[in-house]
Amino acid sequence: MSADPTQVLAFETDCHIFEGCGFPAPGLHSFLFKPLVGDGDSDLYFNKPMLLALLGSIVIIAFFWAAFHKPKVVPGKLQMVAEAGYDFIRRGVVYETIGKREGEKYVPLIVSIFFFVWMMNLWSIIPVAQFPVTSIIAYPLGLALIVYVLWVSLTFKRHGFVGAFKNFTGYDKSLGPVLPLAMLIEFFSNLLVRPFTHAVRLFANMFAGHTLLLLFTIASWYLLNGIGIAYAGVSFVMVLVMTVFELFIQAVQAYVFVLLTCSYIQGALAEHH
Amino acid sequence: MNPLVQLAAEEEQNPLIPPIPELVIGLLAFVIVFGLLAWKLLPNINKVLDERREAIEGGMEKAEAAKTEAQSVLEQYKAQLAEARHEAARLRQEATEQGAVIIQEMKAEGQRQREEIVAAGHAQIEADRKAAASALRRDVGKLATDLAGKLVGESLEDSARQSRTIDRFLDELEDGASTAEAAR
Repeated sequence: MSADPTQVLAFETDCHIFEGCGFPAPGLHSFLFKPLVGDGDSDLYFNKPMLLALLGSIVIIAFFWAAFHKPKVVPGKLQMVAEAGYDFIRRGVVYETIGKREGEKYVPLIVSIFFFVWMMNLWSIIPVAQFPVTSIIAYPLGLALIVYVLWVSLTFKRHGFVGAFKNFTGYDKSLGPVLPLAMLIEFFSNLLVRPFTHAVRLFANMFAGHTLLLLFTIASWYLLNGIGIAYAGVSFVMVLVMTVFELFIQAVQAYVFVLLTCSYIQGALAEHH
Repeated sequence: MNPLVQLAAEEEQNPLIPPIPELVIGLLAFVIVFGLLAWKLLPNINKVLDERREAIEGGMEKAEAAKTEAQSVLEQYKAQLAEARHEAARLRQEATEQGAVIIQEMKAEGQRQREEIVAAGHAQIEADRKAAASALRRDVGKLATDLAGKLVGESLEDSARQSRTIDRFLDELEDGASTAEAAR
């Protein structure tokens, strides 16, 4: 296991300070996993993030199935909790941005995205899993692409070809001579950069959070020798603090992701952009 | 072998380039979640939420109706109570007035009866007195005449003289009685 170049856990190196080995700092290699099944060189493999992604789906489905498959008018505890989450996204996000009349049919999508992203983020601090699936760009990018396709097709459907073009380029006659430049920038920023930023915002946050957690966890172990023990204590306190902070960030990033999704959809449906 | 050294030898992978298998699995995982939620679970809960809202609104309507009814019943009772109070006051007033009239009538009646009784008494006394006086006059006259006849020995048959003497005597007697009464 210690010969594995990917995902080396700090305690597997069995290396402490003052023992003549360097600090095994976390890095990109911390986000690479040796396949559990299959060959990493081909495209046919199955690794830990994939397992967590599918497990996460099962957890969400199990939760909502238990809460909503036979819902009661007078709710039980579980149904009440699930309803609170559902209602928060429905009223607090969708109705607030898109509006009740137009937003109703996007509620299932937005609710699914929120709980999916949140669950994938939550894996970061769940013991044994301890890896945020969304810190691998493929997962947020997949969601961002779904939103992108929905947004672009909605814009064309609602405004027609010319209208959609104006919508994408932020066409506004009052800009005068700056108009061509503004249109170019807007076109670039909306159609090309937007899905990228949408995905990267989530990815980078979870990537950075996981790196920080790794850094302090590895340091706690690495410093556990001689005088270093005192510093290891500080580092471990930081692990706890960062864990709580991550718990907060995970929810916030899931919220931001669906809020942006809603604002894109709202932009596509708006009459004047 | 130090894993870090081995890592350095590996080709650095760009974290922004998505590995296709993970993209596929990610989409698959999401589609599972979205599919089940959108197909079954969220419509389920929406139906129940609508039912609940209707139940609550129905309950509120019922409560509103009950409140209105209670209000109207209360007003009815209040009106009835006020009416009853009014009626009671009227009856009391009427009774007082009637009582006063009855007392007045009784007083008048009593007065009248008293006066009647007194008048009857007076008349009776007067009649008795008169009868007594005439009887007395007759008896006294006869006695006096008899007595005088016996004393004088002479018949006083002469009725004219006789009656004159008696009358004079009686007048003196009456005068004596009235002066005695006046002196008393």
